[in-house]
Amino acid sequence: MSFLIDSSIMITSQVLFFGFGWLFFMHQLFKDYEVRQYVVQVIFSVTFAFSCTMFELIIFEILGVLNSSSRYFHWKMNLCIILLILVFMVPFYIGYFIVSNIRLLHKQRLLFSCLLWLTFMYFFWKLGDPFPILSPKHGILSIEQLISRVGVIGVTLVALLSGFGAVNCPYTYMSYFLRNVTDIDILALERRLLQTMDMIISKKKRMAMTRRTMFQKGEIHNKPSGFWGMIKSVTTSAPGSENLTLIQQEVDALEELSRQLFLETADLYATKERIEYSKTFKGKYFNFLGYFFSIYCVWKIFMVKFWSQHISFILVGIIIVTSIRGLLITLTKFFYAISSSKSSNVIVLLLAQIMGMYFVSSVLLIRMSMPLEYRTIITEVLGELQFNFYHRWFDVIFLVSALSSILFLYLAHKQAPEKHMTP
Amino acid sequence: MASLDRVKVLVLGDSGVGKSSLVHLLCQNQVLGNPSWTVGCSVDVRVHDYKEGTPEEKTYYIELWDVGGSVGSASSVKSTRAVFYNSVNGIILVHDLTNKKSSQNLNRWSSEALNRDSVPTGVLVTNGDYDREQFAENQIPLLVIGTKLDQIHDTKRHEVLIRTAFLAEDFNAEEINLIYVLPSRIAQIQGTLLPVLPMLSSSVGFLIRS
Repeated sequence: MSFLIDSSIMITSQVLFFGFGWLFFMHQLFKDYEVRQYVVQVIFSVTFAFSCTMFELIIFEILGVLNSSSRYFHWKMNLCIILLILVFMVPFYIGYFIVSNIRLLHKQRLLFSCLLWLTFMYFFWKLGDPFPILSPKHGILSIEQLISRVGVIGVTLVALLSGFGAVNCPYTYMSYFLRNVTDIDILALERRLLQTMDMIISKKKRMAMTRRTMFQKGEIHNKPSGFWGMIKSVTTSAPGSENLTLIQQEVDALEELSRQLFLETADLYATKERIEYSKTFKGKYFNFLGYFFSIYCVWKIFMVKFWSQHISFILVGIIIVTSIRGLLITLTKFFYAISSSKSSNVIVLLLAQIMGMYFVSSVLLIRMSMPLEYRTIITEVLGELQFNFYHRWFDVIFLVSALSSILFLYLAHKQAPEKHMTP
Repeated sequence: MASLDRVKVLVLGDSGVGKSSLVHLLCQNQVLGNPSWTVGCSVDVRVHDYKEGTPEEKTYYIELWDVGGSVGSASSVKSTRAVFYNSVNGIILVHDLTNKKSSQNLNRWSSEALNRDSVPTGVLVTNGDYDREQFAENQIPLLVIGTKLDQIHDTKRHEVLIRTAFLAEDFNAEEINLIYVLPSRIAQIQGTLLPVLPMLSSSVGFLIRS
C-alpha cells in the first residue's frame, strides 16, 4: 500500500519536472525558432525530468521521506531509464537529425543514423579501456559498464565547468575587478565606429560608381579570346579594375575594424551595466556571495577538509540548485551563440545529452560531500564502482580547469585596459 | 560624386532570414555564395536612378545598412546597435516565411529602430502587443520582405501568403515582396526585384520632401 502512495508521489513529481523542462524549452531555448519536430522537445523534457528526479531521490534519502524499499526501487528504475535515454535514444536521434540536414543522405536516413549510432557505441565502449573503473568480475551487459563510462564523461564535464565557474564567478561579481568605464569612453568608441562606417560607405560609393561607368563604357568584357586578345590583356589592363581590387582590400580591412569596434563598444556597455548593477542592493548581495564562494573554492582547490559533515550537507543542497540553474543559463547562452534554424535540433539534443551526463555524474560526486550514513544508498544502487577514482579524476580535472581559467582571464584582463588607452 | 545625396535604409530582421543575401543581391546583382554571420553592421551601396526616363531624373546613392543580431540580444548589444538607427530614411523588414517567429519578431525590430530616441533599458514595455498608432504616425516608409518561399510546400503557400498580407497591413507598410533565393535563377530574381525599387524611390522622395 505504501509502495503505491510513494510511487504516485514520485510520478507526480516527475510529471512536474517534465512540465518545467517543456516550458523552459519553449520559452527560453526555442524562443526565436519554430518547433517543427516535437520529438526533440519531448526528449529534452524527458531527460530533464529524469535527471531532476535523481536529485529529488537524494534529498528524500537524506530527509528520510518515503519507504526505503520503494526508494531503492525507484532509484534502480530511474537509473535504468536514464541510461537508456543517454546511451540509446539521444545519440540515435542526434545522428538522425545530423543525417537529415545533409541532402545527399536524405533518402536513407534511418540506415545512416544507425551507422552513426554504432560508431558512437564503439567509441563509447573503447572509453572504458584506459581507465581503472571496473573490477573484473562484472559481466559485459551490466549497468555498471554503462554507468562507469557515462560517469567518466560526465565527471570530466562537471570538473571542467566547476573549475571555470570557480574562477569566473568571483571575477565577474567582485567589484575589485571591474574596470572603470565612463560615458565619455563609450561615446568616443561610438564616434570611431560611425567614422569607420562612413569611410566604408565612401569607398563603396566609389566602387559602385566606377563599376557603373565601366559597364556603360563597355569596359567590362568577357575573357579576351584568341592569341591577340591574350597579348592585349597583358599589356593594357583596364585601370578601373585595378583600382577596384585595391579599394576592395581597403574595404575588407575597414570592415574588420568596424566589427572589432562594435564588439568593444558592446563590451563597454556590458561593463557599465555591471558597474551599475553592483551598486544596487541585489548586486551587493551577489558581491558578498562572490567573496564567500571564492573562499570556498580556494579551500576546494587546496583540498582542506571541512570541520563538519553537516555544513557540507547544506552546501550540497545549494550546490544542486545553483548548478542546475547555472547549467541551464550556460546552455541557453551557448545555444543562442551557435545555433541557426538548420542546426537547432541537433544542438538541443547535444545539450540534452550533456545535461543528462552532467546530472548523472553529479550524483556520483555528491556522494563525496554527503554525510557518511547517507552514502550507502548510492553505493548500493550504483554498484561497486571505484568511487575513489572518480573523486581523484574530478580533483585533477578541476585543478587543471581552474588554473587554465585563471591564466586565460589574467591574459584577457591585461589586454583590455591597454586597448582603451591607445588613442 | 559628392554632389549625390545620401539615402539611408535599414535592413532589419532575425538571424538567418537572408538579410545579407538580399543586400548583396540588390547592390552587386549577384547571389551571395557563402553567407556567414553578420557581426555588428555591414553596409553596401546601390546607385539608383530616381524617376528614370523623366526629365527630373537624378542619381542617388542608397546605403543599405544590414544590422545583425536578434531581438533577444543582451541590452548592451541593443545599446550598441542603437547608434546605427540615426537619421534613417527607410526601413526594410525581412522575415523568413518558413519560420513564424521571425514574422512575429518584426514588431519588436521596428519598435527598436523607431524608438531609438528613448534610452534603451533592455526591458520591453509591450510584450508582443504593438501600438497601431505608433505606426500610423510613422513617416518613414516600411517594406516587408518574406524570404525562402521556395522552401514552402505548394499546399501551404496560400495560408502563408494570407498571413503575410495581414502582417504588411498591420505595419501600414508600403508593399510586400516574396523573393526566391535560388542560385540558379538569377534572371528570375532580378525580375522580381523591380517592385522593390518604387519603395526605394519613396524613401528618396521622403528625403526630398523633408
